[in-house]
Amino acid sequence: MSATAVLTQTTTAWPTPLSQTRTVAKLHSVTKRYGQTTALDKFSMELRAGEVVALLGPNGAGKTTAVRLLLGLISSDFGSVRVFGRDPRDADARTRIGAMLQITRVPEMLRVREHIDLFRSYYPNPLPAAEVMRIAKLDGFANQMFGQLSGGQKQRTLFGLAVCGNPDLVFLDEPTVGMDIESRRALWDEIRALSAAGKTVLLTTHYLEEADMLAHRIVVINKGRVVCEGTPSEIKHRVSGRRIRCITQLDPEFLASLPSVTDVQQDREAVVILAEHPERVVREILVRDETLHGLEVSAAALEDAFLALTSDSNPAQA
Amino acid sequence: MATQAIAVSAPRPLTLGYYARIFRKETQYEFVRMLRTRAFSLSVIGFPVMFYLLFGTSNRHNMFARYLMPSYSCMGVVSACLFGIGMGIALERAQGWLELKQASPMPRFAYLAAKTISCAAFALVIVAILVTMGVTLGGVTLTVGEAFRLALVVLAGSIPFTAMGLLIALLVPPNAGPGVINLIYLPMSFASGFWMPVTYLPHWLRIITPALPTYHLAQIALHIFGYAQSGSMLVHWEALAGFTLLMLGAAWIIFTRSEAKA
Repeated sequence: MSATAVLTQTTTAWPTPLSQTRTVAKLHSVTKRYGQTTALDKFSMELRAGEVVALLGPNGAGKTTAVRLLLGLISSDFGSVRVFGRDPRDADARTRIGAMLQITRVPEMLRVREHIDLFRSYYPNPLPAAEVMRIAKLDGFANQMFGQLSGGQKQRTLFGLAVCGNPDLVFLDEPTVGMDIESRRALWDEIRALSAAGKTVLLTTHYLEEADMLAHRIVVINKGRVVCEGTPSEIKHRVSGRRIRCITQLDPEFLASLPSVTDVQQDREAVVILAEHPERVVREILVRDETLHGLEVSAAALEDAFLALTSDSNPAQA
Repeated sequence: MATQAIAVSAPRPLTLGYYARIFRKETQYEFVRMLRTRAFSLSVIGFPVMFYLLFGTSNRHNMFARYLMPSYSCMGVVSACLFGIGMGIALERAQGWLELKQASPMPRFAYLAAKTISCAAFALVIVAILVTMGVTLGGVTLTVGEAFRLALVVLAGSIPFTAMGLLIALLVPPNAGPGVINLIYLPMSFASGFWMPVTYLPHWLRIITPALPTYHLAQIALHIFGYAQSGSMLVHWEALAGFTLLMLGAAWIIFTRSEAKA
């Protein structure tokens, strides 16, 4: 792999070479409760050196709790949390970690350049400021007060804070929230660059597409438990349905009987069909109903995917 | 290419220079941030200055012009610490910013020290303005030594009220902060002789006055100018030290409890 190639060039400076198989961080059978609600329930996950792992799940699934445990911001009720073989509350471990968290507000009366300068000072071996500006694409607004930035610019600044210490392990908690498509794609490129440089990245997201584009491995989480885990293609295979929406006079029971259809639902005047092979279904219904209109075919929404993954009939839920 | 720039780094031992650098940067940017936050800087510096213009200069050449100089200096340090630390930390905690800092390798002590030093710096600015106004507009005569000792007392005063601000930050929800702090701070400063000597206060107020930390700070500052009530200054220093420990202890208990719960 290309990441390994980069690593072998730089390992001269570091006596313990990182390899793809070395575990960098680990949650083992962790349970975390907040009052009555169980945020994580016997949750286990491993991050291996150099890989990008996406923790994918709906809001309230426990993604942020997992990140906060790995950052040592909270402690688990049961189970063990290890980062670089240490307790994450250990200050030394933190010099090798960068984090981008979901933050409502950052001190607004400091300039972007000043925020980066301050965070760089926290790390013993930071990236040059100019390098951080270039990586996070902050050049256009480095001298502006944080309070004057747009949503996307704020997220890019927070990304800059996460990477400015040249960390080996980077946590990105919902990094592309509030970003326009262009900034989102730019950030994806940067996450790939981190990975190519041998960094380990844990990314939480509720966009299936984002996890698919970036991750070597996806861990799907719901209600504090691992629903399934695997490479993007393995995960997609399990939730590979497409969503067909159209206005038709055909009988829903007939639609459900078509090959590869898994679900049919009425949505106001239209029907929504979930199918493994949408082409075959569309060909069939177009022939059968000449009045059919308003046809849309889209990737199954993540919510649909979760329904599929978490339903009792699903073989993935073993 | 970014690939080469963000290569795996070798760990380097953390030196004293590394920590010194964090402290310097943290303090520098905290002070700049406070100064640019006009709601804070204008009110904290503006109120003692405005009140001195109103009540100090109108009592030109009598004892009040001289009395209000140290007492408003105390008011300045107390309000800088309560609003700067109390409000500052409460807001940064609520907004998630403190959490990002906690996840970074920044030592916790640096965060608190930077805020304390910045508030103390604000207090020194207030002392400098008040002394200048006293000499020029109030007709006050004072020696350089007296001004210097006043500055030192005010600096020392930033420690107990930082501790109190810390406790407030942990107890009071941020949107209720300004109201609660004013409710504590305004009556306390009135009852402690910041506005007039405590002997002018109603009798029932004078009973609770010795229980207030602001009273003890005021007495130490007023002692420099010969306006303290009789008695040893050691008692007042001891009271401030005890108050500091009480506030820090309570803050520590609450903080560790909330951490255990989190």
